Amino acid sequence: MTATIDVQSLTKEYGRLKAVDELSFQVRPGEVLGFLGPNGAGKTTTMRIIAGFLPPTSGSVRVCGFDVETQPIEAKRKIGYLPEGAPSYPEMTPREFLEFIADARGLPKGSRRARLEEVYALLHLEKVLDRAIETLSKGYKRRVGLAQAILHDPDVLLLDEPTDGLDPNQKHEVRQLIGGMAKSKTIVISTHLLEEVDAICTRAVVISGGKLLADDTPAGLAARSRYHNAVSLKLADASLVDTVRAEIGALPEVAETEIDGDTGRIIAFPANGKLPLVPIGRLADQKGWKLDELHLETGRLDEVFRTITGGASA
Amino acid sequence: MSGIAAVFKRELASYFTTPVAYVFIAIFLIVANAFTFYLGGFYERNQADLASFFTFHPWLFLFLVPALSMRLWAEERKSGSIELLMTLPIEPWKSVVGKFLAAWAFTAIAIGLTFPIWITVNYLGSPDNGAILAAYVGSILMAGGFLAIGSFISAMTKNQVIAFIVAVVVSLMLVLAGYPLVLDVFSAWAPDALVETIASLSFLTHFENIRKGVIDVRDLVYFALLIGLALYANTIVLELKKAD
Repeated sequence: MTATIDVQSLTKEYGRLKAVDELSFQVRPGEVLGFLGPNGAGKTTTMRIIAGFLPPTSGSVRVCGFDVETQPIEAKRKIGYLPEGAPSYPEMTPREFLEFIADARGLPKGSRRARLEEVYALLHLEKVLDRAIETLSKGYKRRVGLAQAILHDPDVLLLDEPTDGLDPNQKHEVRQLIGGMAKSKTIVISTHLLEEVDAICTRAVVISGGKLLADDTPAGLAARSRYHNAVSLKLADASLVDTVRAEIGALPEVAETEIDGDTGRIIAFPANGKLPLVPIGRLADQKGWKLDELHLETGRLDEVFRTITGGASA
Repeated sequence: MSGIAAVFKRELASYFTTPVAYVFIAIFLIVANAFTFYLGGFYERNQADLASFFTFHPWLFLFLVPALSMRLWAEERKSGSIELLMTLPIEPWKSVVGKFLAAWAFTAIAIGLTFPIWITVNYLGSPDNGAILAAYVGSILMAGGFLAIGSFISAMTKNQVIAFIVAVVVSLMLVLAGYPLVLDVFSAWAPDALVETIASLSFLTHFENIRKGVIDVRDLVYFALLIGLALYANTIVLELKKAD
């Protein structure tokens, strides 16, 4: 399928500062792209350009075939956008606000009522429909913003930190909602929460300093971790740690070992392309070590993130 | 047109969900009437007309209309809702027109609510109601001129106080364009043609004619052009600096 979002050598300069630097990527229907990067990496700027709020300095963005600069209205019709911080009109109630969005988006008369009710229900807004938005909690404000973004059932959803300020239950619900829409839509989520990438994204793009540093599946990213296929184990008898560590370290499948300071776990990193789990299990059996835990690490996204973005904080 | 209508409806409703509308209307009515009776000598003149009422409108609008227009765009910038508005499928000029029309309709409502004075003058004598209607039209047109300028200035800042002060100063220049205070600055060096052009830009001169009941096409065109130009400039400013 052809890409619904096509970003080509996008550059945005503020004076001498390059907020976005020759960024190119494509997103296809059915994909949920996690847009990752430290604060100030250019995530919000890129989202704003795709949404048609900021003009790029150079490069181009096409949404469903429409150039956001020369055919802005056509492109905007295809997009549902949740801006950073979910701005709205604070003196309005969610009902008035979403009625306004329905007017502005020109929802067809016949299905308008039903669609509004459906969105109220999807985001659990029924209880707060007639209270001023400024009096609502952060979680509700965010949900009003999400309701606004999905109201016209857009082909492309751009969500700038959609779960920021939500509690774990609400986060889970929003992720389920996004996951439910993912099959037919193209979704881009900017986030600095790595768990979010794991939970809902089919692909992750990491940027820093406005440059694209990685474009991969979450599993692919995790595989870049030195923890990928590493084995961690915890001994029942902590006094044996040093002996066990030495024996495991001697296995040909193990490149090096490490002790996790907090938990006392031994972590064995695999030698090039080897899988040390089975040999370690066998060794433990032979020697009769009592293990509390033994498990395979898939890779740590946070560690990959730090490595890729050069240690800048998430 | 649906974009204009959507923005218009939202904006107009927002006046009435906040105290802005009620405070504005109350103050406008109190001050307009106080001026008419005390400064204008409505009774003392012993004339069955509303001259003492309409004379003060330019001065009243000079301060009250910028108080209304200052928030039009500055508030959108401040709260960040401009990002939402500008990413909806509505051309910027439609948002500008929608917002302006809402503010204008609101001002027209406030002006319309001065109708008791019209009833009063009809009760006391038999005025020329055609002239009074013309004066009402002129007053509303002039308010539109002030609003369009205020809206344009509001689009340039996110600070409502700055938007207010600059709008008052610019409006004052336009009101007084036909007076020595402004003309003396130019008459020393500028050619007569330019001085006359500036003089002809005065709100007062154009409003004076309509206020007397003389509806001249030139005066109507003046206010229409002024509104059109200010809103055009408003749209350009908005497109140039949406985000900052």
